[in-house]
Amino acid sequence: MSHSHVSTTINGQAVQYACPTDASLLEVLRDQLGMTGTKEGCGSGDCGACSVSLDGRLVCSCLVLGVEAQGRTVDTIEGMADKNKLHTLQTKFLEHAALQCGICTPGVLVAARSLLEKNPDPTEQEVRYWLAGNLCRCTGYDKIIRAVLEAAKAMREEQA
Amino acid sequence: MSAQTKQFKVIGQRLQRPDGIDKVTGRARYGADIDAAGMLHGKILRSPHAHARILSIDTSAAEQLNGVMAVITRADFPTPHKGFEDVQDNCMAGDRVLYDGHAVAAVAATSKHIAKQAIKLIKVQYQVLPHVTDVEQAIQPDAPVVHSGLVSRRVPKGFSENVVRYSSFGHGDIETGFKAADAVLERTYKTEATHQGYIEPHACMASMGLDNRADMWVCTQGHFWIRNMCAGVMAMESASLRVTASEIGGGFGGKTTVFIEPVVLALAKKSGRAVKMVMTREEVLRATGPTVSTMMHVKVGMNKAGRITATYAKLFYQAGAYKQATVDFGAMPAFAPYALENVKTEGLDVITNRPRTASYRAPGAPPACFAAESAIDELCQELGLDPMEVRLINAAKGGTKSSYGPTFEDHGLIQCLEAAKAHPHWQAPLEINQGRGLAAGFWFNFGGETCVSVFLNNDGSVTVTEGNPDIGGSRASISMMVAEELGIPYEQVRTTVTDTGSLGPNEPTHGSRVTFAVGLAAIKSARAIIDEIRARLARMWEVDVTDVVWQDGAAHYTGNKAGTFEPLDLRQVADIANNLGGPIAGHHEANAEGAGVSFGVHIADTEVDPETGFTSVKRYTVIQDAGKAIQPDYVEGQLQGGAVQGIGWALNEEYVYGEDGCLQNTGFLDYRIPVASDLPMIDTVIVEVPNPGHPFGVRGVGETPIVPPLAAIANAVSRACGKRQVDLPMSPPKVLASMQKA
Repeated sequence: MSHSHVSTTINGQAVQYACPTDASLLEVLRDQLGMTGTKEGCGSGDCGACSVSLDGRLVCSCLVLGVEAQGRTVDTIEGMADKNKLHTLQTKFLEHAALQCGICTPGVLVAARSLLEKNPDPTEQEVRYWLAGNLCRCTGYDKIIRAVLEAAKAMREEQA
Repeated sequence: MSAQTKQFKVIGQRLQRPDGIDKVTGRARYGADIDAAGMLHGKILRSPHAHARILSIDTSAAEQLNGVMAVITRADFPTPHKGFEDVQDNCMAGDRVLYDGHAVAAVAATSKHIAKQAIKLIKVQYQVLPHVTDVEQAIQPDAPVVHSGLVSRRVPKGFSENVVRYSSFGHGDIETGFKAADAVLERTYKTEATHQGYIEPHACMASMGLDNRADMWVCTQGHFWIRNMCAGVMAMESASLRVTASEIGGGFGGKTTVFIEPVVLALAKKSGRAVKMVMTREEVLRATGPTVSTMMHVKVGMNKAGRITATYAKLFYQAGAYKQATVDFGAMPAFAPYALENVKTEGLDVITNRPRTASYRAPGAPPACFAAESAIDELCQELGLDPMEVRLINAAKGGTKSSYGPTFEDHGLIQCLEAAKAHPHWQAPLEINQGRGLAAGFWFNFGGETCVSVFLNNDGSVTVTEGNPDIGGSRASISMMVAEELGIPYEQVRTTVTDTGSLGPNEPTHGSRVTFAVGLAAIKSARAIIDEIRARLARMWEVDVTDVVWQDGAAHYTGNKAGTFEPLDLRQVADIANNLGGPIAGHHEANAEGAGVSFGVHIADTEVDPETGFTSVKRYTVIQDAGKAIQPDYVEGQLQGGAVQGIGWALNEEYVYGEDGCLQNTGFLDYRIPVASDLPMIDTVIVEVPNPGHPFGVRGVGETPIVPPLAAIANAVSRACGKRQVDLPMSPPKVLASMQKA
């Protein structure tokens, strides 16, 4: 398998790697870069556990090739907290017990951040439809939706 | 002081879990998140046939591929320990494959890519055999037989050899009861197999030394059972295998047994290297997990006053390719919410060419409860009775002889029904095409084998060592109970789930047992610490130990020399512990008894589109007795999550088999679990009727919430569309067809 050299930016840091041309971005993140915060639930874009932002757009990293990150910006769960300060979404997820097993949590958080960047004041229905691509089997979504709505509110208040 | 009147300081608060920050930052390590130096990647070749004889396996081409370090088949496995034959056969097929996806061979290679290539080079010659996957077809006398010679003595005549077990429960005389009824309803209900649907696929890494001692890292609900099963399958001593449980990405019963773990051990043994294996989603759906599919005949008699006069159920549970006892756990709880004079249930275990079924949250109960609660609801409609009143009239209480034998101790069913009746949801108006469904549900709950150790650290902080993987916040709950008992802040206690080499055996995180049983053992361990501190201080103070009491986190002298000795808190005790005889620890080992039965009541509102038959859930409320909610957020989470899994089972989840006996929906796109946009908020009401078997009154809460939803949704859909639904899942075409029938 031939390898390609890739220069990219991950969580604000310049990163270089050589990856097989058929390797997914998810495989590169997890297996080559040791960034296991991004999870694999299906490998076919159905569960959202591997959600990352690519140039600010929410994608399933299992459906993106590692080589496609060339010259672009990747944001993962590992970059969500600002050093020692949790992102408001992360804080609200803990306060509202919005996780049980936690395997879907990184993907849900990355997806929710992407929603709030576009729509800082979503309705419950907008949150539900935005997160419809992120499967959670533990919570029934109730506490996740509440945490996202509460985080949106807190972030709006921070901005005000 | 009784649990009811005791004032708690820590318990009942909504405190944050110790693993929370790791799980929102990506730091937590799950099954697939660990590597070892020189590690190989394992991959399994699986059967493309539902049923076939393996004539030959040629592994030579795979072995010659550069980077392949080991290829194994069943021939590489030893004769298993007695009782592990089926487990081994399910992990790696012998002379026959019994279902689509059954493991046939496995490789370990230096990369995932090479491993994938290698399994394609393995040549297997099959002689395809007739297969059967449907429960109704499997019981017919002329059905293809999955295993010959397994039929138990009690199985009635007239079926194929696939009906392998028979069980029956009940009391009274149902014929007399049916004669006393004003209306008798008889129906046949069906449910399809579902999958636990945990988002984390099975993953495991193991290495083995030349002395056959091995270490394993695995996502599991119970690493002690994984150790025992691996030892049984690989004919090893349990002590020679140390298993560490990773963080676990959901299990719901499906991660209480082995699938890939013995295979990884066999590859590690043959290659002499660490081997990691991670299942694909397709493998998870084809070869792990699923539940039973069922066909259930139910007969219920009721008089005009709403009193149930007799109930009968005959349950056929399709349990996959191996004998199982799941049907017993359908037959026993089917009518458990009711005080009945005449009740009989019969269970028949049916084997087919499907994957070996695994536990799924209250295994066996949801289908039987769907049938029973649907029949009761239809009778209410027929007799013009209020379904809530009928349930209140018939509800089982403390002292009621249960439908499966034992007499109930105090429990909260009546309180749950009263809370449901008083809930605004029950009286809220419905719109056109909407219906409201009500259902009650029961689960036994369980205690089981439990070992816990609690250590007082040198600085006075406390470490709790337990052996049950934490899926929904149990480390927080255990820490809270220990903090409560010791009278110290929650932050002073840290609970760790330890490996199999560091603690005595523990049953898995199953049976709704952890908060109850591990909590009980942790409280008793904390009490042992308190007693040890009292004894040591009594010696130091030269006073009678009965005059040293532990109160509000400190030892107090209460004898006639009161005022002589200053109270000592836990940190002060830790400071001087070494001068008083060394480290202080408490431990408790037991089969925890007194788990306390669990009841829940669900209310569902659905709307059925008359054009398409599509059902949407408009409102949903779960009411359940938790005994005592240690951390209410996590109790609510169990109620909500269980309810939504049940909603999925009711409306859209099903295993779809083709004519060829192969599973057709092997991904989350086609095996569709509920997504956020399918659902409303799930309202919860926690009822607290303390369990006398636990110092703080805890009852397990994890499983009961999946029992009522199938019936609650079916009753709601039936009332919304005017046609009784008897066949799950209630997919739009099925509901539409029922509505179009005259």
